[in-house]
Amino acid sequence: MLRPLLLRATAGLGVVWGVVTLVFLLLHAAPGDPAALLVGTAATPTQLAEERRSLGLDRPLPVQYAVWLGRFAAGDWGTSIATGRPVRIMLADAWPATARLVLISIFLSYALGIGLGVVQAAVGGTRLDTALSAASVTLFAMPGYWLGLMLVMVFTYHLRLLPAFGAAGIDAEFLPWVARARDGLRHLALPVATLTLVGVGGVARFVRGAMLDLRGSLFLVTAEAKGLAPGRVLVRHALRNALIPVVTLLGLSLPAVFSGAVFVEAIFAWPGVGRVLVEAVQARDYPVVLAAAAVSAALVVVGNLLAEALAGWADPRVRSSHAG
Amino acid sequence: MPGDVRPGRDVRAVVGAALLAGAMLVALLAPALTSGDPARQHDVVATRLLAPGTTDRFGAFHLLGTDRLGRDVWTRLAYGARVSLAVGTLAVVLSVVIGVGVGAAAGLARGWPSRALLALTDFALAVPRVVLLLLLAALWTPSVTLVVLVLGITGWMPLARLVYGETRGLLVRPFAESALALGAGRVRLLARHLLPNLLTPIVVAAALGIGNAILLEAGLSFLGLGVQPPAASWGNMIAAGRDALMDAPWIAGAPGVALVLVVVACTLLGDALQARIAPQARR
Repeated sequence: MLRPLLLRATAGLGVVWGVVTLVFLLLHAAPGDPAALLVGTAATPTQLAEERRSLGLDRPLPVQYAVWLGRFAAGDWGTSIATGRPVRIMLADAWPATARLVLISIFLSYALGIGLGVVQAAVGGTRLDTALSAASVTLFAMPGYWLGLMLVMVFTYHLRLLPAFGAAGIDAEFLPWVARARDGLRHLALPVATLTLVGVGGVARFVRGAMLDLRGSLFLVTAEAKGLAPGRVLVRHALRNALIPVVTLLGLSLPAVFSGAVFVEAIFAWPGVGRVLVEAVQARDYPVVLAAAAVSAALVVVGNLLAEALAGWADPRVRSSHAG
Repeated sequence: MPGDVRPGRDVRAVVGAALLAGAMLVALLAPALTSGDPARQHDVVATRLLAPGTTDRFGAFHLLGTDRLGRDVWTRLAYGARVSLAVGTLAVVLSVVIGVGVGAAAGLARGWPSRALLALTDFALAVPRVVLLLLLAALWTPSVTLVVLVLGITGWMPLARLVYGETRGLLVRPFAESALALGAGRVRLLARHLLPNLLTPIVVAAALGIGNAILLEAGLSFLGLGVQPPAASWGNMIAAGRDALMDAPWIAGAPGVALVLVVVACTLLGDALQARIAPQARR
């Protein structure tokens, strides 16, 4: 049981190492001097010389690579050109906000998507099924940043119901905890709604397909033949089996959900890794861009490991195939 | 269990094809269908933020209104369609070339080269695509060519996996075995016997991929990292409409609706084609 998990974790570390390597190669392939890129245009010649020495730009590429990897592993991610803050601290502050946003949205979009998919499978071929299919395709096709803007237009500008900026009001720190929790939830509402809605369509499409693929399976015929109610056959027998590929989908869709979060964070000024990344890219703040890319890859890898553990829990066959 | 979908004419194919054909026509005929230059500013003060369906004081009719700089939104939308469709198509062509190459090579090879190619594919799949896009857009100067290259280079993995799986499946079929037994080389086997059989699944994946690429191009342009203003792209139009949501919702609204329609069209076409290949797995 432990060995396969360890193997997976090693593979995950391999992915993070690969991203750090890729970042190194891209930095060297890009036009311009990597040291100049990393310290920014406002740096003094001494700072530039210091960065050159530390990157070892006069030494052969493999040596530079070793130095780069060592610095990265030691957590020395440099200083942000734009803010002057250590990159490590910026990202340490940012990742919990991203994790919160992504986890809540994934939970909601899977709960809603599975529900929709089951309803569609139950009424398959009817007008309701067609209408729900049209709705899920439309949501599936919707760019998150655009949906976010439209929600802001309705709920913030017209209805004046929900805030559209940041994770907490400016006075949040001075509020009693009940009011502070309410403030936090109100700020969470629109970003989570956007990311959830964008995800629901894909999940519903997938669940509906997985349920329909099981049509005519012998175990379903048996369940019906022994006189179980249709609803019970649908949920206890069909859905349970259809959920196995859905759990796999969860792991595979993590990079996409994270990608969606990048845009949603940018729209709602949500203080997460995605916003740090986008702002750093727009400001050409290279040390932050490079580290944020690696941290996002790490977040996705950890999420994949969790999804795989979940798949093992949901389907005993996955567990035994790993052990075997 | 209920849920039988009756075979017959596929509405999805009709709707998808009609939407996509409409978008292509608008893109191709943009000069004829619009009032000309998408970046033209007439009299900024007199013609800015006009509502859809108004005629300005110079007698020009604005079907979808004007933006903050007095530019006609319909004109920009039509010229933006050129960018979206061209970038999406070119990027997917690039993805297909790389994906088919890697997938077929991994499928035909044996031993470590095959495993290495698969590991590379899995690695690339695990990296969030937008992060890679942002990284590349930050290190090089944004341009349409860069967007096509970047989208193509980050989009080939699903195709590689698909082609790998199909190649392995086809290799054990009698026609492939006979071709090998007759002394056909691997490249000949691939070109003459495997690829023709792979054509339909590749087209399905490409249809879905184009929708995705169009969304990502718009996303990059929205963030200011793709097509640069004043050139019109649906993404940078949405970005420009962002601060006029209250006064002029049509500026961000129109390109968003256009995006959704085109991506829905690609998805419907992909679904319909998929149902054609595997009738028992009709969705």
